[in-house]
Amino acid sequence: MNVEQLDIRGHMAQFAPFDNLPDALLDRIAGEVEIRYFQAGSELLVKDQPIDSLWYIRSGAVEMYQRSGRLFNRLSEGDIFGYSDLLRSNRRVRYPVGAIEDTLIYFIPGDVFEAVCEEDDDFAEFVETGGQRLKVTVEQQRDDSGLMTTRVRKLINRQPQMVEATTTLQQAAQQMRDANATCVLVIDVTETQSAYTFTGPDGRHWKLNGILTDRDFCTRVLAEGKSPQTPVGDVMSRKLIVTQSDESVYEAMLSMLRNQVHHLPVLYRRQPIGVLHLSDIVRHETHSSLFLVNNVFVQNSAEQLAKLAPEVRTGFVRMVADGANSEMVCRALATIGRAFTQRLLELAESELGPAPVPYCFMVLGSMAREEPTINADQDNALVLDDDYDPDRHGEYFEALAKFVCDGLDACGYPYCKGDVMATNSRWRQPLHVWKRYFTEWMEEPNGERLLHSSIFFDLAPVHGEAPMVESLQDLIAELAPQRPVFLAALARNARNRTPPLGFFRQFVMDQDGEHRKSINLKRRGTAPLTDLVRVHALACGSKAQNTFTRLDDIAETKLLADGVTDRLRYAFEFMSMVRIRHQAEAIEQGVEPDNSVDPENIGSRERHNLKDAFEAISNAQKFLSFRYIMPTRQSSSKTEPDRSGSPQGGAPRRGGR
Amino acid sequence: MSWRWGANKKAEPNWPDYLASRAQRVREPRLASFYAQGTLDPDTPIGEAPLVAMDFETTGLDGSRHDIVSVGVMPFTLGRIRPADGRYWVLSPRRQLSDESVAFHHITHAEVADAPDFAAIIDELLPILAGRLVVVHYRQLERTFLDAAIRERLGEGLLMPMIDTMSLEARIHRQPWWARLRRWAGRPMASIRLHESRQRYHLPAYTGHHALVDSLATAELLQAQILYHYDWQTPVSALWR
Repeated sequence: MNVEQLDIRGHMAQFAPFDNLPDALLDRIAGEVEIRYFQAGSELLVKDQPIDSLWYIRSGAVEMYQRSGRLFNRLSEGDIFGYSDLLRSNRRVRYPVGAIEDTLIYFIPGDVFEAVCEEDDDFAEFVETGGQRLKVTVEQQRDDSGLMTTRVRKLINRQPQMVEATTTLQQAAQQMRDANATCVLVIDVTETQSAYTFTGPDGRHWKLNGILTDRDFCTRVLAEGKSPQTPVGDVMSRKLIVTQSDESVYEAMLSMLRNQVHHLPVLYRRQPIGVLHLSDIVRHETHSSLFLVNNVFVQNSAEQLAKLAPEVRTGFVRMVADGANSEMVCRALATIGRAFTQRLLELAESELGPAPVPYCFMVLGSMAREEPTINADQDNALVLDDDYDPDRHGEYFEALAKFVCDGLDACGYPYCKGDVMATNSRWRQPLHVWKRYFTEWMEEPNGERLLHSSIFFDLAPVHGEAPMVESLQDLIAELAPQRPVFLAALARNARNRTPPLGFFRQFVMDQDGEHRKSINLKRRGTAPLTDLVRVHALACGSKAQNTFTRLDDIAETKLLADGVTDRLRYAFEFMSMVRIRHQAEAIEQGVEPDNSVDPENIGSRERHNLKDAFEAISNAQKFLSFRYIMPTRQSSSKTEPDRSGSPQGGAPRRGGR
Repeated sequence: MSWRWGANKKAEPNWPDYLASRAQRVREPRLASFYAQGTLDPDTPIGEAPLVAMDFETTGLDGSRHDIVSVGVMPFTLGRIRPADGRYWVLSPRRQLSDESVAFHHITHAEVADAPDFAAIIDELLPILAGRLVVVHYRQLERTFLDAAIRERLGEGLLMPMIDTMSLEARIHRQPWWARLRRWAGRPMASIRLHESRQRYHLPAYTGHHALVDSLATAELLQAQILYHYDWQTPVSALWR
């Protein structure tokens, strides 16, 4: 390969999707590249012109425009374009492209492009349609998570209990009791060394012949009326399912499920080194978050609880490092958050005495959706029994709310800036008042009520009489589908926060082509997505709170076109993960985690995936306005003008050229 | 030498006539074949011209005392450059390789030890140049060294029209009244070296002083210069010297 082709190769090797290509394919591409210079302001591709090459930007920058004249994308060094046109049968340009800077283009001939797509799946997946690319990435991340990569031996932390076949059942049971073990392995000396034997510390050859579990003591011993003096060898299971120590946890789990066993002896070569129990995997999967939860419930004061707050953060960082996906991380954080809340309520009740009337403490917003992040603040409220009498009981619940909200703040769940907390008397009301609130919000929506709906209509009971909150969930699910004005107004609000178009160099690029230094992934990504999913979920009467679960419910209704819910699911997972990783990095660097991500810290692949995610949201937002049309007959009487303004509700803004 | 290019800028050489007359008189068959192919019609639009960028690395700047150590050629058009078509040769200089020149273009004593003499590449080089308009950055060097190297080996010299991206750059940046005024005011002149010239067109930086990389760099530079200061319809006669 010539030296100038080495330069070409070296440049391409830094950028996706070339970065993951095997050397031979990269050599082939670099060897076939053709070059041409374009001046700023010139047209590179005109709509409908035939295209026969993949275009690679060596230097400079270009813009792509949609048919409507809207900016579609802005690309720079290392980016490619033309691939979606090449993949179409007629090979004609769909989006015109113009140079916005002096640009040096490398052309990769169409036949080389095809050959590389053919030979390299990763490359082919990258250049296929957006949703597909995001799906692949999310699934790869899932595969890369703990289960697939962690080896069984990592979960083994003690020697197996082993007995000889002549040991009596009673002796075996005693050994299990003393070692706090749930099974014993049965081994015997053999004369000859074979493929099934291992050498013990005594130098003799041993063979693993069977296993006896605590379950066996029920089914094979007691139920069969065996005497405690029966030798273990008479009742043990001889059908041994084992795993090797370097097997993945995932494979081990599959083996357990396939064979219907809960104990899996782990061998190193033929030597038993431990027994894997199903609960070990569950514990591994939940990444010690459950242990933290246990810890929460044994603390005896709010001060002690507050001391656990740093552990939440270290646990969070560890989960992210271990490759947990967003759902696992968020559900764990939600479980922990609920545990803190519950324990604080128990402590409050022991300090203030039992509640004078039944109540239910509920969480709202991201905690109710089970998708809080590590920097989430508290949103909560109190639902009181209808027997509640403010004069007699008011003081108690005010003190209870204060105790819990102050405690949560001390435990790392800051006060809600919008005062959506049980300490606010407006959000500490008997059930019938809550029902009135919710009904009013849906019957006569206005700016403030819509805002409330988007917080309070994600709700879940945490402590007390859960049916009270469930009856509120039922009310929403029953009324919302029949309130087109409310849905249309909520849909309009859900379009207020738009995702950006993508990235350009070190900037975030907005729909109108404006550049920003950083992106708030919550405000511009996950929040708009949860908002729009909520609208559909309410419309189809779903009682689910979690965004993924809501998407499951929506998928069943055929409310959205085929594949749309999947695309939103992948978009949500991917954006959540970028945000979570960003926060974990901040914590590791000793910085306060936030939602604002600097594009300079987003890799070339992540950028493409985020752009796809933004596009999925943008399309879904546009669909909202078609699906939930404001009924004209009622609009004047039932709705007030939306405070947040209508520009976004009107015609799409044009890209500046 | 009777042809003093650049000495008198007003004299536009008639290249087709010159090549035709050389074709008549030259005796060496390879040169005869080269000249017989002639050059482009002077009115050929540059956008349609088959071009070839050429770059030499040499042991020094004096064609009579120094030798060529490497040759890079890159056939191209304004529409496309195909690096795969580029050719590159390391040559054995007849005279000593100085340490300074080693430091400059990184071709070492060991590399040239087994390299062929220029004579060995003539049969490959001339057909690539024939029928194409040669593009160089600083024509004095490539023109004199090529002429001298051919003369030494074939007994007769070789002259042909060339587009010099450096002199195009000088025309644009050094000759206008404002450029002379700047110089008179003691301000530095715009650099017309290959790398600095490329920067003005926002072309990426390459590792310099490799004959093939520099010929690619020169080809890209010409594409940019034509778009900025001329157009694809400009006749080659307005550009060649």
